[in-house]
Amino acid sequence: MLDNLQLLFVWAPVMNVQMILDGVFVGAVFALSAYGLALVWGVMNVKNLAQGDFVIMGGYIAYALFHPLHGMGLPTWVIIPILIVVAMAMMFVFGHIVYQLIIKRVIDQDMFTSLLATFGLSLLMQQVINLIFGPEVQIIDSELPILTAFDSFVTIPTVKIVSLVMAMALAVVVVIFMKTSRTGQAIRATAQDPRAARVLGIDTDRVYAFTFSLNAAICGAAGVLVSMIWVIQPFYGIVYSVRSFCDGGGAGQFAGGDRDGVRPRSY
Amino acid sequence: MKFKSLKTMVVSAAVVASVSMAGSAMAKVEGDTITLGSSISLTGKYATNGLHTTRGYDYAIKVINEAGGVKVGGKTYKLAVKYYDDESTPARGAQLAERLIQQDGVEFMLGPYSSGMTKAIAPVSEKFGVPMVEAEGASRSLFTQGYKYLFAVLSTSEQYLSTTIELAAQTTDNPSEIKVAMAFENDPFSLDVREGVVDAAKKYGMKIVIDDKLPADLSDMSATLTKVKALRPDVLIVSGHSKGAATAARQLEEMKVSVPIIGMTHCEAAKIQEKFPKAAQGIMCATQWVEGIPKRDSMFGSASDWNEGFKAEYPSYSSVPYQSAQASAAVLVWKEAFEAANSFDKDAVRDAISAIEMETFYGDIKFSAAGNNIAKPMFMRQIDANGNYNLVVTADDMQFPRKAGY
Repeated sequence: MLDNLQLLFVWAPVMNVQMILDGVFVGAVFALSAYGLALVWGVMNVKNLAQGDFVIMGGYIAYALFHPLHGMGLPTWVIIPILIVVAMAMMFVFGHIVYQLIIKRVIDQDMFTSLLATFGLSLLMQQVINLIFGPEVQIIDSELPILTAFDSFVTIPTVKIVSLVMAMALAVVVVIFMKTSRTGQAIRATAQDPRAARVLGIDTDRVYAFTFSLNAAICGAAGVLVSMIWVIQPFYGIVYSVRSFCDGGGAGQFAGGDRDGVRPRSY
Repeated sequence: MKFKSLKTMVVSAAVVASVSMAGSAMAKVEGDTITLGSSISLTGKYATNGLHTTRGYDYAIKVINEAGGVKVGGKTYKLAVKYYDDESTPARGAQLAERLIQQDGVEFMLGPYSSGMTKAIAPVSEKFGVPMVEAEGASRSLFTQGYKYLFAVLSTSEQYLSTTIELAAQTTDNPSEIKVAMAFENDPFSLDVREGVVDAAKKYGMKIVIDDKLPADLSDMSATLTKVKALRPDVLIVSGHSKGAATAARQLEEMKVSVPIIGMTHCEAAKIQEKFPKAAQGIMCATQWVEGIPKRDSMFGSASDWNEGFKAEYPSYSSVPYQSAQASAAVLVWKEAFEAANSFDKDAVRDAISAIEMETFYGDIKFSAAGNNIAKPMFMRQIDANGNYNLVVTADDMQFPRKAGY
């Protein structure tokens, strides 16, 4: 450990630049899925253990579509937004189906019921993805250039910059949506007090369905970025689930903090 | 009420008894079929190599059955395998091995994938005296436990990347000046590989400047590679199964890491030459087997015959992973053992396995008293600009320093 510190601060301080950049790029993608988790946790009180598998599923949607789109001669910077929109749309529909089939039945149950249900969903998704795509590690090679600085000591793949911009843009859109749209306000109201929200005429069931679907869509977008930056495999979801849970507390405040109620409830 | 619970107990006991009796009568040798059992990783982190392994088993069984099967006591038998998915979890693997033996009546086993899984299953097969021929557990710690029923067709893991150090030493008059960087997954196999590398580096007095454990999920090794760029080692060694190889290749390219010699395991299994052609260029890959070795047997023909046959059966492979080849070799060992023992008695077959000494398409096979194959060496190959794997025997055979495509 001391060797590492010496390396960081004495021998090659420029390494810090690379470390910080890597941290920002990694954090941006994890923040997306963490935000989705915080949304579902805060609004619905459902701890979604399949969060990482939603991310991986988004990655596989991108993997399946990238090569056909690339084969049509579209440049990567056009393909990435298309992939994000398509993955979000597909995952939104998938999230809605999952909500109607599973989540709806566990919202009012105790914590362990939602944990077990989403754990089962996670296993099911892993196996289905494994059956369709096989267990091999897959990647998307964006073929975008890699920028260098400090005599090539610091490298910045353009695809990571694109991912960071996409993640930030998406986060801003989601926050604006939550703060200004009627649906966003309904979500926040439901998170604060579902009973009062119902009394005031909010259809909380629809709010829950929309929230869960929105979470799936956000994960889908994160998955597209993950497949561009790292590697995907049907059983990698757990990594993103764990990190989402770790980041979830902070991400919940993203949309406006306690006042809005969109943050994990503490027990 | 009492009568009802007594009735329930009797029915339950009858069901349990009938299931266990049916279980013990199932599988092993039924009719003209010998059923081998294997708990293997079809899901979980070892799923990629689990798939390569099952394909190797299945291909060998297909070829052997088409060639007439196994002859025991004047009768011909077909081979079959009963698989269970161990989910890449050692505890699950041990459970399933017990299920194969106790419930399914399997008396002859093929190994799982990885040393960790083999470590979990070997005590079970040993306890029941069921011989297991395994092809994917290379950790030398497997062969220091005194197991009598465990046999491995592959070379032990400490030999995997020590050759890279030997080759590096050949490139200079003063090997003690060579700086070595290492990154390993924290699992029995990779830690054994590490031991071999450390021993070889010590032998030449080389300096180990980085000795990192890869993060558990193996999805990011940028911290290690950043250090590599700072310390500029002469040799970089990476071992982390398929996930580790894929992550390393992707990030080597992204971070434009330039090291004169890079040694890695599981290159073929991760298909790095296809997925990361620029990064793969010049990487040295340890392999248990190469299709060009001048070895043959009467069942599969030469090494290249097996390679062609396997590719015809599974056309998705551009380069066949050695995991499949050694899996086929394990099935061949079973055929030879049954025929040599001329019996299905577990101990007679076990003795026949331990006495085996034969040449196969995979290389020579002869088991030590500990159960590992002592007749076959490891090989080292380097990936060229066209994605081909070229055998490297001496430093003169390799591209040095490595010229990556990025």
